[in-house]
Amino acid sequence: MARSRIAIALAALILVLAALSLMVGPSGLSPRAAIAGLFSGEGPAGIIVRDIRLPRTLLAALIGATLGLSGAALQGLLRNPLAEPALFGAPQAAAAAAAAVIAFGLAPVTSFAVPVAGILGATISIAGLVAIAGRRASLTVTLLAGLALASFAGAMTALILNLAPNPFIALEIAFWLLGSLEDRSSDHLIIAAPFMLASWIILASQARAFRALTLGEDAAASLGIDVGRTRVMVVIGVALGVGAAVAVAGAVGFVGLVAPHLVRRAVRSDPARVMLPAALAGAALVLAADIAIRLGPSVVEIKLGVVTALIGVPIFLSMIFRERRLLEGAVS
Amino acid sequence: MSALAASNVTVHIGAKVIVRDASLTLKAGELTALVGPNGAGKTTLMRALAALVPAQGTITLEGKPLGGLSPRERARSIAYLPQGHVFHWPMSVESIVVLGRAPHADAFSSTSPDDRAAVAKAMATTETKMFAERAVTTLSGGEKARVALARALATQAPVLLADEPTAALDPRHQLVVMELLRAAAREGNAILAIMHDLTLAARFADRMLMMQEGRIVADGPPGQALSPERLASVFGIEAMTVEIGGQHVPIAGRAL
Repeated sequence: MARSRIAIALAALILVLAALSLMVGPSGLSPRAAIAGLFSGEGPAGIIVRDIRLPRTLLAALIGATLGLSGAALQGLLRNPLAEPALFGAPQAAAAAAAAVIAFGLAPVTSFAVPVAGILGATISIAGLVAIAGRRASLTVTLLAGLALASFAGAMTALILNLAPNPFIALEIAFWLLGSLEDRSSDHLIIAAPFMLASWIILASQARAFRALTLGEDAAASLGIDVGRTRVMVVIGVALGVGAAVAVAGAVGFVGLVAPHLVRRAVRSDPARVMLPAALAGAALVLAADIAIRLGPSVVEIKLGVVTALIGVPIFLSMIFRERRLLEGAVS
Repeated sequence: MSALAASNVTVHIGAKVIVRDASLTLKAGELTALVGPNGAGKTTLMRALAALVPAQGTITLEGKPLGGLSPRERARSIAYLPQGHVFHWPMSVESIVVLGRAPHADAFSSTSPDDRAAVAKAMATTETKMFAERAVTTLSGGEKARVALARALATQAPVLLADEPTAALDPRHQLVVMELLRAAAREGNAILAIMHDLTLAARFADRMLMMQEGRIVADGPPGQALSPERLASVFGIEAMTVEIGGQHVPIAGRAL
């Protein structure tokens, strides 16, 4: 019962945040005008709410849910609460690949080539991680592999910035790497949403496998789980989701770490049951962060990825601090 | 009748041969102990029987080749308890035991009455009911071992392969577990348990398989398999024989 309660509570929170998100912005529309604009679609209010704020709000929710679910899935596969796509450089790799497409003028910003490139970048990163982590997925090996892959993704991004044909493109890419939902349109929504939905379906289909994997790979296999298939599905699912999210919003990190962490206790650490609340918590987190950005002083907009990292890294450190003894045991 | 039969099973890991030409049958109604010194290949043979590691030779389940079964069919027929009792998440003990029912669940159902009955029985016989609601990671080693066994028993598979089910248990629970394995065998299941305690194995097992350097070197009733010569040549120990309840069982005396 408590499990469905948390999902319902989070869904309600998302609705409230989404409504708030439609009412917040630099144009100073009154809430009533914003609501009228949303439903009528007429006049400047209609354009502002329907064409600017609505895509931004939907993207925030979809991206947050995708990142929360990706984190929960990667943690389920690797049986480790510290697994987070951003920690392993998946968003950076996706960003590097997507940035390359744009920087070298291979495709316009709103073409499907951008998410496809992002997905390819994320696939390389996640597949590399899962391959190196191997059957035992020991914490040490996983984190070291993640560190190496993240550094490599960083190096590739640096290389692209280095080779960028002109400084404006370099600046554009640099901002984009920080992650933002500013000025996103329904075009962005259309190119990213199909990939994110596919990622949800693929990852959700592996929920039972994650639960069985709490017993280790041998026991899970003896329960009829095809562990190799699960590994491939998680790589594909996380890469589709993270790649598509990054392709439209840039690198937004640590949602995949924080969202499952916030709801795990409510589902008694069940790696299957954590998935839905983790997705909802991710959506709420990104919505809230994106609202906070717009409420802040508007001289320079703080980027979304910066806010999520500022929230995420301290939580990550506190998790390490609390589980230090456990982690030290795992390292041996 | 033979529930699980293996003939000429050979397992390589890399270039190394871990199990050589092993042939055995596990019969319904029998508790078989698999003994041997460290590194003899017991765990690898058991993983091959559970189809967790590729093996040469033939393994059949009630006459049908194991490779022809779907993973779920196999999982319903063979329960496997790995050694070490790994629990990665602090899930409740009961939800861990429920995992044993996974091979029976279809995609949409939650737990059926059969599932609940199997879980309740497994938890009662392993004496794990009293910590049903606790997080499994907070239990002691021996308590975890019983939860792991309960999970394997909950599948109610006709074949149970248990890798060191009594390791980490206190003396009373060693006896509880051996008695429950024997009782499960008497209900018509075929049970294979890897054991290091030869005294305990000899007391409870109906049959004993002994491995040395990847080969099965003895297969028979415990009294026959555990001859002083074999204990000396395979285990490098000199054993004394004591009588417990009319049975002659070995007790390790000194290392040779």
